[in-house]
Amino acid sequence: MATIVEQLATVGLVPEPMLSTPYRIQRVKQETDDTFTLELAPADSGEGHAFAPGQFNMLYVYGVGEVPISISSDPGDSPVIQHTTRVVGTVTKAMRLLKRGDMLGIRGPYGTHWPVENATGRDIVIVAGGIGLAPLRPALYRLMAQREKYRKIVLLYGTRTPEDILYRHELEHWRGKFDLEIQVTVDRAASTWRSNVGVVTSMIPRAPFDPSNTAAFICGPEVMMRFTAMELQKRGVAMDRTFVSMERNMKCGIGLCGHCQFGPVFTCKDGPVFSFDRIAALLGRAEV
Amino acid sequence: MTVHTLEPIIQATPFFQGMEDRHIELITGCARNVRFDEGVTIFHEGDAADQFYLIRGGLVAVQFMVPHRGLTTILTVGEGEILGWSWLFPPYRWHFDARTQQPTHALAFDGKCLRTKCEDDHDLGYEIFKRFMQVVNERLESTRLQLLDIYGNNR
Repeated sequence: MATIVEQLATVGLVPEPMLSTPYRIQRVKQETDDTFTLELAPADSGEGHAFAPGQFNMLYVYGVGEVPISISSDPGDSPVIQHTTRVVGTVTKAMRLLKRGDMLGIRGPYGTHWPVENATGRDIVIVAGGIGLAPLRPALYRLMAQREKYRKIVLLYGTRTPEDILYRHELEHWRGKFDLEIQVTVDRAASTWRSNVGVVTSMIPRAPFDPSNTAAFICGPEVMMRFTAMELQKRGVAMDRTFVSMERNMKCGIGLCGHCQFGPVFTCKDGPVFSFDRIAALLGRAEV
Repeated sequence: MTVHTLEPIIQATPFFQGMEDRHIELITGCARNVRFDEGVTIFHEGDAADQFYLIRGGLVAVQFMVPHRGLTTILTVGEGEILGWSWLFPPYRWHFDARTQQPTHALAFDGKCLRTKCEDDHDLGYEIFKRFMQVVNERLESTRLQLLDIYGNNR
């Protein structure tokens, strides 16, 4: 009898979901002192797998292990993809030592995505905290590629210090455009920093968007996402138009192993992007 | 010559929104327009806190000197936000420095003038305190989040 994985593959839901495809590293970019971006292309020069903004891949460092990491590049650049990650454990430590030309195994893309298509005609508020900007970056690319379909687009980005700001050049480039509002804040800074200091939630009350016609995408530490969603609610943004990207211990990526169970849902399969109303009751609960 | 008063400007700010006309009139009597170039110290830690500011444009850094770290910015205050509440509480001394990060214009309110009016008219005092408690509540919540250091990697 066929396994569940084989059945899924047979009906075309996932292409060989547990089998990784070799990718070659084209570029390694150090973003901050502990965060780096890998640019990868299929080793066989094939078409790779198209992805939607917010989805993740399982990245396999051969002989070390596999980790889930969101795709951080422009969906239009596929099959070349980028992954931005912070050095936090054994696998990412080994990953950081890889160089141009080295190989990685990739499974995916997996999970749900930012519903950019359903947000046409609305103001878009993107709130990113720390490395949470990485999974939102593909959504920004997609929105900018179809700029005429949306009203105001506002990016509120908070991070720890000025040195921790990701994609600095891109942010400056985007900020130069007149059709995108970008506000960056840091939690602490020396007196030489000439911009905002304070938590990202403090920018929401005065951010320029119409709450009655806004879709919000939030990604960052869970505490930051909770408080951000609360501030957006105070402004009047509907919970079912507020989306967050959750992080849990994802292993199989297809909802079979159960490692990423989050109450009644699996983060890898039902998420990582959830509408806030679906999971609000689960956030902040110690036993979930 | 037409004399423009600050009353409609004050009334239109989110901070004072919903206040009765008679209270706005009393508050306006303690207000004036101010402008600061970039890099100007508006007040110093320890100085008499005899004013507060409603920022209309620009950016002000709230800073204090940390030994071995230097002058550190703990908060910036921008358009529509309130700078300073030490004028409300004895001994009416600033606890931090405030320095403009950009050219800034604001409404400055004479704290002593307003305190006197609040003592005379407790309804006004209640309205003022309600609004300032909201600011204090927001800043406390933000400070708690900053203390959690949620973006840190145990560094």
